[in-house]
Amino acid sequence: MPIAFETKPGIVAYLTAGDPDLATTRDIALAAIDNGADVIELGVPFSDPLADGPVIQRASERAVARGTRLTDVLGIAAELRKARPACGLVLFSYLNPVVRMGMKEFCTKAAEVGADGVLLTDMIVEEAGEYLAEMSANELAPVFLAAPTSPDARLKAIGENSKGFVYAISRVGITGTRDTVASDAPGLVERLRKFTTLPIAVGFGISNAAHVKAVGEFADAAVIGSALVALIEKTGPTDAATAVGSFIAGLRGR
Amino acid sequence: MATAVENPAVQVAGRFGAYGGRYVPETLMAALEELEAAYAVAQDDPAFHAELDGLLHHYCGRPTPLYFAKRMSEQLGGAKIYLKREDLLHTGAHKINNALGQGLLARRMGKQRIIAETGAGQHGVATATVCALLGLECVIYMGEEDMRRQELNVYRMRLLGADVRGVASGSATLKDAINEAMRDWVTNVRTTYYVLGSALGAHPYPTMVRNFHRVISIEARKQFLEEVGRLPDAVVACVGGGSNAIGAFYEFIPDASVKLVGVEAGGRGTALGEHAARFQKTGGGLPGVLQGTYSYVLQNDYGQVATTHSVSAGLDYASVGPEHAMLHDSGRAEYVSCSDEEALKATVALSRTEGIVPALESAHAVAEGMRMAARMGKDQILMINLSGRGDKDMGIMARELNLQGATKDSTIAGGL
Repeated sequence: MPIAFETKPGIVAYLTAGDPDLATTRDIALAAIDNGADVIELGVPFSDPLADGPVIQRASERAVARGTRLTDVLGIAAELRKARPACGLVLFSYLNPVVRMGMKEFCTKAAEVGADGVLLTDMIVEEAGEYLAEMSANELAPVFLAAPTSPDARLKAIGENSKGFVYAISRVGITGTRDTVASDAPGLVERLRKFTTLPIAVGFGISNAAHVKAVGEFADAAVIGSALVALIEKTGPTDAATAVGSFIAGLRGR
Repeated sequence: MATAVENPAVQVAGRFGAYGGRYVPETLMAALEELEAAYAVAQDDPAFHAELDGLLHHYCGRPTPLYFAKRMSEQLGGAKIYLKREDLLHTGAHKINNALGQGLLARRMGKQRIIAETGAGQHGVATATVCALLGLECVIYMGEEDMRRQELNVYRMRLLGADVRGVASGSATLKDAINEAMRDWVTNVRTTYYVLGSALGAHPYPTMVRNFHRVISIEARKQFLEEVGRLPDAVVACVGGGSNAIGAFYEFIPDASVKLVGVEAGGRGTALGEHAARFQKTGGGLPGVLQGTYSYVLQNDYGQVATTHSVSAGLDYASVGPEHAMLHDSGRAEYVSCSDEEALKATVALSRTEGIVPALESAHAVAEGMRMAARMGKDQILMINLSGRGDKDMGIMARELNLQGATKDSTIAGGL
């Protein structure tokens, strides 16, 4: 299982698949991997991304409008796996596109294309019976989110049911960049450590090298999402891969 | 997810058959658990019910009348039509039942900031009203398209002290307003109470909202037995999210002789995007997950949620409360649809035969009620839940029905 963070802190790069288009998403992901991203979170665009802020919401709307389908995202995942066998690859989605395809079929296909794990934004551990069974049958890692508002009992269930890594949300709220890493984050990671030995990645509001360094002092990896998506939005399809490559290299201090 | 399978390691609640559940960002889970616990305590507390019942009576005007629509029944020549007059409630629709219940609950929980979403504005008005009454801060999210369609209710909410925030994303209607309200809730979850406006969303909302609207069928059942001498043969209600319908159906569910009929918005056609009929076979409605619950969702082949259309902002929603999904699958309730045009005709018909102007939502139930009554026998009885009054829709009615000049000509009544 290639989900590993060898240089601490690790970097998880989120991309909305199909924004600006599928081929560019693939090239951006390759550039991110080659410049130091350990794990790519490939986001399935959804019409109603209620946990996301305006940046990812806009990217999702653009990708949906272009007709990007879950099957297309699986296709890009297969290409990435073939091109970079050692990178970590996590499929990221809201539930409905997965339910529409069928949970069993989705998990089978995710394994076939070579994904390491899956993160479903609106799937909580209590509802995850079928999901966990299918993930396990296909040797995939279910990545659950932990929030600053999650009490210890929930963190325990989240820790016990996750594989690969646990995604700690740095603050209450939706995705989007912020000036500083939220003060909620270190406490949450410390509480989570009581219940899991998995690596812990911190996301929401991480947008520059200083943030990544700050996260490295208490967690194993940083998730960069909105900052990348905003950069892609600003740059345009021709230069996006290069821009993302140098951005990730900058986060690594290269 | 043909049938929902829970994680055996942990307990889950709030299922209606396979439907319902909780599909939300983890950040909201603590708030949902807190709400569930607070609601359970309130439900067992006679003081909570005493205050709620007192306000429902003295402030809102309950019980609402059960009115025999004699002229309409005679003209149709079939079943006797009774109207459950939720339109006579304070603020003009059934929505106040739930807003008041949840407002009192929010106050018990010590939450000073209230958020809500609204489609036609009736839930927003009800929530803003309750916030004024209880001295709570109020923010209402509303699609910009709905703000345009329901301008009068926007003024009412602002007059009542609410901060009405327009939502431009998606189709700028109810679904998008709910997304935005949920974003606010995720961000301000520690201080904010979300007054969800229909019997949908994550557990405990569908159960809680239904329970606050049960009063409709509790009263109606008693009124039929006492005033008419027997139960109705059918109960008809419009279904957007489905809160008035579940409230009107609930106490009749064990009465097998009472047919339950929900009426969805057929809009202007059966193609995806032209209607909000989640249960119609050719409409694109399939079980899925939207905004926290597993229910029927209008969607394309790839799980993207469809835009919807209805002349009535309150029915213009891509999903439906999970309890209706269960009643649909079990066959206990039947769900039909009625077009924009039929609803407008029914609006005219009810206005001119009984002097009652229904909300365009309720007019969908009136249209189906008229259709059914005409086919039923004179000894049969049908109840239409008149969920709201039409004042808020006057702009749309004026435009759609061309009410600019003399309108004595009854040809627009069509169906009668």
